[in-house]
Amino acid sequence: MDFLNAIVALLNFVVIPATAYGAQLALGALGVTLIYGILRFSNFAHGDTMAFGAMSTILFTWLLQSWGVSFGPLPTALLALPFGIAACAALVLFTDWGVYKFYREQRAKPVILVIVSMGVMFMLNGLVRFIIGTDDQRFADGERFIIRARDFKEMTGLREGLAFKTTQGLTIVVAILCVVALFWFLNRTRTGKSMRAYSDNEDLALLSGINPERVVMVTWIIVAALATIAGTLYGLDKSFKPFTYFQLLLPIFAAAIVGGLGSPLGAIAGAFIVAFSEVTITYAWKKVATYILPDALDPSGLLQLLGTEYKFAVSFVILVIVLLFRPTGLFRGKSV
Amino acid sequence: MREFGLFALVALLIVGTGAFQSWNLALTIVNMGLISAIMAIGVNLQWGFAGLFNVGVMGFVGLGGLAAVLVSMPAVPEAWSAGGVQMFLALLIGLATIVAAVFVTRRMPKGRLKALAMMAVLIGGFLIYKSVFGPARDAIESVNPAATGYLGGAGLPIVIAWPVGGVLAAAAAWVIGKTALGLRSDYLAIATLGIAEILIAFLKNEDWLARGVKNVNGLPRPVPYEIDLQNDPIFVERASGLGLEVVEASGLYVKLSYGFMFAAVLIVILVLAQLALKSPWGRMMRAIRDNEVAARAMGKDVTSRHLQIFILGSAVCGIAGAMMTTLDGQLTPASYQPLRFTFLVWVMVIVGGSGNNLGAVLGGFLIWFLWVQVEPLGVFLMQTITAGLADGSALKDHLLDSAVHMRLFTMGLVLLLVLRFAPRGLIPEK
Repeated sequence: MDFLNAIVALLNFVVIPATAYGAQLALGALGVTLIYGILRFSNFAHGDTMAFGAMSTILFTWLLQSWGVSFGPLPTALLALPFGIAACAALVLFTDWGVYKFYREQRAKPVILVIVSMGVMFMLNGLVRFIIGTDDQRFADGERFIIRARDFKEMTGLREGLAFKTTQGLTIVVAILCVVALFWFLNRTRTGKSMRAYSDNEDLALLSGINPERVVMVTWIIVAALATIAGTLYGLDKSFKPFTYFQLLLPIFAAAIVGGLGSPLGAIAGAFIVAFSEVTITYAWKKVATYILPDALDPSGLLQLLGTEYKFAVSFVILVIVLLFRPTGLFRGKSV
Repeated sequence: MREFGLFALVALLIVGTGAFQSWNLALTIVNMGLISAIMAIGVNLQWGFAGLFNVGVMGFVGLGGLAAVLVSMPAVPEAWSAGGVQMFLALLIGLATIVAAVFVTRRMPKGRLKALAMMAVLIGGFLIYKSVFGPARDAIESVNPAATGYLGGAGLPIVIAWPVGGVLAAAAAWVIGKTALGLRSDYLAIATLGIAEILIAFLKNEDWLARGVKNVNGLPRPVPYEIDLQNDPIFVERASGLGLEVVEASGLYVKLSYGFMFAAVLIVILVLAQLALKSPWGRMMRAIRDNEVAARAMGKDVTSRHLQIFILGSAVCGIAGAMMTTLDGQLTPASYQPLRFTFLVWVMVIVGGSGNNLGAVLGGFLIWFLWVQVEPLGVFLMQTITAGLADGSALKDHLLDSAVHMRLFTMGLVLLLVLRFAPRGLIPEK
C-alpha cells in the first residue's frame, strides 16, 4: 500500500506536472529549432512571440466570453486559439517583411540577425505590456479537473490524492496533436519536404527551383502557430504574465540546443529532458521517501536537492554538460 | 568632427533637461549615464574588439553590487560567531569537491572506473557540503532576521568596493569563460544569459550573504549626506551666496560629487581601453575577430586571448555595477532585469558604434537619456492623442496607463533603425 502511495505521490507531484511543462517547452523549442533550421539564427524574440500569441488568444477569449460563448467543460480559449494564431501569424509576417527580410537579402551574418531579434524582442515586449499590462491575467474557464484529489482518494482508498487538471490533460493532448501534424507536414507534404530540403542545403534547394520566400513564409506561419499554442497552454496551466514568457526563453533554448538545433525530434526530446530534470531536482522528495523507506530511515530534511528558485540552473547545467560532451546536441543538429 | 557634434548634441539634451525640467534630474541622468558608459565600454571590449556575444552583463553588474555590500557594510559579530566559521568550512568543502572532480577528469584513465569515481566525488562532496552548509546558513539567518540575518561586510570605505567588484566579476568570468568560450557565438549567448539568471537567483536567495530579497539598505556613502550639508552653516552661506535654495543646493552638491568620482573612473577606463585598442594587443584582437582561422594560422592563441578579453570586459561591468549600487545606496536583487541591465547595454553599444570606445560612451549617455525621458514623452504623446476622447472612457484610461511601457518599444525601434540605416553605429569604428 505504501508503495502505491509513493507511486501516486510521484505521479501527482513529478510526472504529471513535468509532462505538461515538457509539452509546453517542446512546442516552444520546436519553434526555435524551425527558425534556426530555415532562417539560420537564434530567435531571441521567441518568448515574446509566445506572449503576443497568448495575449491575442486571451483578448479573443474575453470577446467570446462577453458574447456568452463557451466550450462546455473545455476552456473557451481553445475556440479563440485559431484567431490568436491568425493575429500572431500576421504579426510575425509583418516583422519578417519589415525587419528580417532586409538582412536575409544582404546575407547578413547569423549573429547580426540575433541582435536584430533582440530589437524585435524589445518592441514585442513593449507592445504586449502596452496592450494588456504587466499584471496576471486568468482566462481559464470550464471544468478545472479531470480527476480531483478527493475523488481519487475515495475511489481508491489510498492516502495520497491524485489531481489531474484539465489544463494539464489538454496541454498533453494538444501538444501530441501538434507534433503529429507537424511531422506529417514536414515528411509527407510537398511544402514540408521543400522546407526540409532548404534547411539541409540552401543552395541545392534553390537550384532545384524551391521558392525561398515561400519556404520562409510557411515557416513563420508554423512558428506563429506553435508559439501561440505553447503560450496559451502555458498561460492556461499557470497564469498569463508577460514577464514569465521572457524567462521561458532559457529553458526553451536549452531544450532546443540539448536536442540539437535544427532537429525537430531533438527539440521534443530536449524539452522533456529539461522539464523532467527541472522538476525532479527541485522537488522535495520527503513525501515519496517516507512511503518507500522503512521508518527507521525516515529522512529529517526535505530531501530537496535545489530550491525551486534555482530551476534556471538546472536547464543551464544540462545545457553545458551536453555542449561539452556532444556539441551538436543529442540528435546531431546543425553546427554553423 | 562627427564625434564632437554628437557629443555636443547629448550635452545639449542634458542641459536642456536642466533648464526646462530640473538640474537635479539632469545630474541624475549624467550620473547614471556615466555608469552606463562604463558598462557599454565593458561590452564593447568583448563585442567590438573580440566579437564575443555576451548577454550576461546583468550577472556581472549584480556581482559588483554584491561587492559594494561585502566591502562597506559593518560586520555582524553575532552572525559570525553563530555560523561564520562553519559557513567558510562549507564553502571550502564545496570548492574542494570541485577541485577533486576536476582532478579526476584530468588524471584518471578513461573508463568505467573514472565515471564511478566522478560520481562518488560529486555526490559525496555535495552531501557533505549540504550537511555543513544547511545548519550554518540557518544559524546566520536567524540572528536578528528583521535587521541583519547575514554576515555583514568588512566595514571598509565603499570606494574600495569598485575594484573589488571588478575582481569578483573577473573571477566569475574566468569560470564561465573556461567552460563556455569554446562554444560558437549563439551558444555562448544562451550560456551567458543563463549564467546571469543564476547569479541573480543566487543574490536573491542566499540571505546569509547579502540578505537576498530583503535588500541591504543604507550603504555608507563616499560623499556627505544632504541633511548634514543643510545643517552646516558654511554650506548654507555658500549656497545663499550662489542664490540657491539650501535643499536644492545640497542635492546638487551630492550629485555633482558623485558625478566627478564617476567621471574620473570613466576617464581612466576609457584611456586604458583606447591605449589597449591602439596597441599591438588591440590589433591582434581585431585580427582574431575579423578572421579567426587566419589569426590561428599566424600562431595566435585564440582561446586564451578570448578568455583574457572576456575577463577584462566583465571586470569593467563589475566595476560599473559596484558604482551603481554605491549611487543607489542599496542592493535590491529583485530589481535586476535582463532587459534593463543586459539588453539595454547592448543597445547602447550597437547604437553608439561597436568597436569604438567613444561610440560606446556616446551610446551610454544617449540611450540612458532616452530611457529616462521617453516615459514623460510617452505620457505627453498619449495625452495629445487622447485629448479628443471623453474623460473617463476606458480606452483613454488604458492608453494613459500604458504609456509608460512605450519605453521598451522605443528602445527596440531605435536599435532596429540604427541596425538598418547605420549598421556600424553613430560613431563607426575607424
